Amino acid sequence: MSAPVEIKEPSSFRLASTLAIAGLISGVAIVAVYEATLPTITHNKAEELKAAVFKVLPEVTEMRKYQYENNSLRFRTEEGSDDQTLYGGYSQQGAFVGYAIPSAGPGFQDTIGILYGYIPEQRKVVGMEILESRETPGLGDKIYKDLYFVSNFENLSIDPEIMVVKKGLRDEPHEVDAITGATISSKAVVRIINEGNQRWIHKIPTHGIPLPEQKGAE
Amino acid sequence: MATPSSPYEEMMKGLWRDNPVFVQVLGMCPMLAVTNTAVNALAMGLATLFVLVGSSFLVSVMRSLIPKQVRISSYIIIIATFVTIIDYSLLAVFPKIHKELGAFIPLITANCLILGRQEAFASRNSVGYAVMDAIGMSVGFLFALLALGSVREILGEGALFGFNLFGPNFEPWIIMILPPGGFLTLGLILLFFNWITEKRKQAQIEYQLAEERAS
Repeated sequence: MSAPVEIKEPSSFRLASTLAIAGLISGVAIVAVYEATLPTITHNKAEELKAAVFKVLPEVTEMRKYQYENNSLRFRTEEGSDDQTLYGGYSQQGAFVGYAIPSAGPGFQDTIGILYGYIPEQRKVVGMEILESRETPGLGDKIYKDLYFVSNFENLSIDPEIMVVKKGLRDEPHEVDAITGATISSKAVVRIINEGNQRWIHKIPTHGIPLPEQKGAE
Repeated sequence: MATPSSPYEEMMKGLWRDNPVFVQVLGMCPMLAVTNTAVNALAMGLATLFVLVGSSFLVSVMRSLIPKQVRISSYIIIIATFVTIIDYSLLAVFPKIHKELGAFIPLITANCLILGRQEAFASRNSVGYAVMDAIGMSVGFLFALLALGSVREILGEGALFGFNLFGPNFEPWIIMILPPGGFLTLGLILLFFNWITEKRKQAQIEYQLAEERAS
């Protein structure tokens, strides 16, 4: 499909400016969409995280974000998250219930991100939720689809260390039944929780941080 | 184009005769990767539809403005913009589906089906034709994705669009939702389509022979 008349080369300037203009328009469009969707996306993520915190800690209706800095745990208000962040869960009366600890590590295919509930007084994991996973559908994804496996983490002692055993052999309070056919994924979940424990257990006060007065009275 | 045709014909050719997947065998990456369930296939198909129709429209509108030497880069900029728009929109509106499709939404940019339509059709035809062609091609692509996704979900999970079909006694064929299941299903579907085409050709030849004999 050659143009019938003039076979004149367009100047380099024309070529460059075409691309520059295209890039400019594209950039503006992308920024506009990004700005338009950002509030919804942030909101969705916060909701998702809140739902997960409420799920891994029993009877929690209030949560606060904590940050560890200068050798102590304190409330964190600004947005964003990193390795030094975890969440405190409070009951309706404002009493501290436990911590929701995020932890991540390599799984069978890609990083598995986990949030788990930990009650320091009992030294027990009381719930586990997979936030992020690309494990094999049908096998590895049972780490969140297999309710029996998830229920392993509802009353799990962390002493001396959480261990994976072959399915059906669980008889100690710190043992977890592996998923048949997804041993690597099961072990990854337990290893990620153990790593989270190593990172946090010695840093967190048993009774958490009390909520400011007026919040508790609400 | 060699033969003048109506926009309607341009649309219909993508559905069957020039189906991007079954006939041209294009866009295999999303075809195999995200068709483990019918919902994922549908979402991927609709995202591709949006990108293809949007880019074909723009490319056709600007076809006289874009110098030949930088056309491919310009097409890619246009396509990537539409992909980013759909990427953020999905993330905001359907975060769950976005999570399932993950990296494959940005990868629509590199889907040769889309760039192929810009280079082969949209850049040489008027807007109406380009849009109709894009609609036809992407609906054909959507149809192929859905066919594959449905088969794989029915056999691999005993469900369709998440609704359980066979009850608790069904033993799912896990291989169908794993990558090999994609290749197997696609191979069988291609076999089926080629068989139909072959049969049609055969019938046509016989018909012609019969006519010749009659005259």
